[in-house]
Amino acid sequence: MRVALENLDVLGLAGLAPGLRRGARSAGRALQRNPNMLLGLVILVLMGLMALAAPLITTYDPIRLNVIDRLEGPSGSHWFGTDHLGRDVYTRVVYGARISLLVGASVAVFSSVAGILLGLVSGYFPLADAIIMRIMDALMSFPSFLLAIALVATMSPGMETVIIAITVVDTPRTARVARASVLSLRAVDYVLAARALGARSLRIMFNHILPNCFAPIMVQATFVFAVAILIEAGLSFLGTGVPPEVATWGNIMGDGRRVAKIAVWVIFFPGLFLSLTVLAVNLVGDGLRDALDPKLRGKL
Amino acid sequence: MKGYILRRTLAAIPVLFFVATFVFLILHLTPGDPAYLLLGESESDWIMIEDIEELRAHLGLDRPLHEQYVKFLWSAVQGDLGTSIFTGQPVSDLFAQRFEATFVLGVVSKVVALGFAIPLGILAAWKANSIWDRGIMMYVVLGFSVPAYWLAYNLIFLFAVNLGWLPAVGYSPFSEGFLDWARHLVLPVITIGLTTAALTTRITRATMLEVLREDYIRTARSKGLSERLILLRHALKNASIPIVTIIGLGLATIISGVVIIEVVFAIPGMGRALVEAILKRDYPVIQGLILVTAAAFVFINLVTDILYAYLDPRIRYG
Repeated sequence: MRVALENLDVLGLAGLAPGLRRGARSAGRALQRNPNMLLGLVILVLMGLMALAAPLITTYDPIRLNVIDRLEGPSGSHWFGTDHLGRDVYTRVVYGARISLLVGASVAVFSSVAGILLGLVSGYFPLADAIIMRIMDALMSFPSFLLAIALVATMSPGMETVIIAITVVDTPRTARVARASVLSLRAVDYVLAARALGARSLRIMFNHILPNCFAPIMVQATFVFAVAILIEAGLSFLGTGVPPEVATWGNIMGDGRRVAKIAVWVIFFPGLFLSLTVLAVNLVGDGLRDALDPKLRGKL
Repeated sequence: MKGYILRRTLAAIPVLFFVATFVFLILHLTPGDPAYLLLGESESDWIMIEDIEELRAHLGLDRPLHEQYVKFLWSAVQGDLGTSIFTGQPVSDLFAQRFEATFVLGVVSKVVALGFAIPLGILAAWKANSIWDRGIMMYVVLGFSVPAYWLAYNLIFLFAVNLGWLPAVGYSPFSEGFLDWARHLVLPVITIGLTTAALTTRITRATMLEVLREDYIRTARSKGLSERLILLRHALKNASIPIVTIIGLGLATIISGVVIIEVVFAIPGMGRALVEAILKRDYPVIQGLILVTAAAFVFINLVTDILYAYLDPRIRYG
């Protein structure tokens, strides 16, 4: 961790180091105090390991059809049964974790970066604030899932499209959180002192304000991660997300729709893994929020 | 209060304008020509140029962007939301046909969710840190994590397929008999209700916890008032503002939730119409339905704001 933080100097982001160190210390303490958060983290790590080790822990091909074995119930040879095309549901669920986690993490990173930049500019420059926040308000005046559907409907289908669409949907909320932090930090003594010493706006924004905004943005990023996984699965479930041949939890459940009455396992297992993952992310997010804002502990 | 309502209503107009502009831009500025997308996946050679030009002219895409935009806005203001490319049906007619099912599903689900969430939130706050509280908070976290459509299939499998108590899919209008209407609504309403009540439960608990620590609650207790009276008359009334806000937001998010649930339960509502339009790339229908839904979202937020001001006079004069 220390080496990684020192590398920030090279990138010119040394100001972020204290914020990250503080965040890591708080997260460590929170894990000791909060067993739910620890449980969430363990589930997430297991899901991540499962996704990475997919070829090692499965024996079937997630895409190859095998119609002779179609719609077989859970058994020793097919733990989670097979779907209407004879594909092993367990194998597809394990490979599906890769897409869900990748989409969730990508959206969390992209929307945090975009949200931080928009929030910083908006909170620091009142003129930009009027324009940026009105656009964010307009985006937030759409129900989020509907906006995601509208965006994917107008672009060529694919995982990149899904990631872009969900990032657009989630960025306004992160921008609002970042802006609120920037507004509260703009007038604190150390920022005023930096300005009095002649520091430029960019330096104040990135070296003095940004590191102290990290706590709420980190919490927001975990919730964005959870929402992104749910939206991706919802889009794929409806056939408007990741192309149907790719094994994703949403696609597996979408395929299971037509056989739901006779082969409930095709929907049950991917949904269970999806719910467990989102539950884990929410537990970690709740724990982080409690750790970083102790006033909220036990209240929400 | 009248002045506040007028101010808030006027403030909603630019938001609606932004929404309409955004809907227009989504379809016109994203990469790819809708005419090509309609006729084939890519701009391949076998599509006749004449076909493309004809379709572009039919959709009005051959006109300058600003002209299309003005025409779109003017038509929307007059209630003309366009015409389906595939069926030739005006989107406003489609909306009128599909509105009832969505409205009924949304409102009944919300009522059920509230009837469930507010008492749970009060109980969790009243018995804070007890086993009741922990159980209710576990439900809240699950409610945020479980996708509604997955819960829906589990309920269908249990109550419709295995036990045979309720119909698995479909919708029966109220005019064709109350019992059939109610039987078809039970599973979708429980699905939406259970998953959307989580947020209201959480906010009710949090605000009630704050209020229950106030001096006037201690005074009420020391006067010897019953717990019931304290909870309902003194605490809930003062905790109602954040709850109303979240109810308003929740009502708006139900619009999103209903989309998938209508597909799962084969309910002929606006959500299903929208998904069908997207799968067929019927752009005027997508544009029209999203515009109407977003406008409904803005309207619900407006009503929530007005209700908020009614409950807390400080907002009116702020």
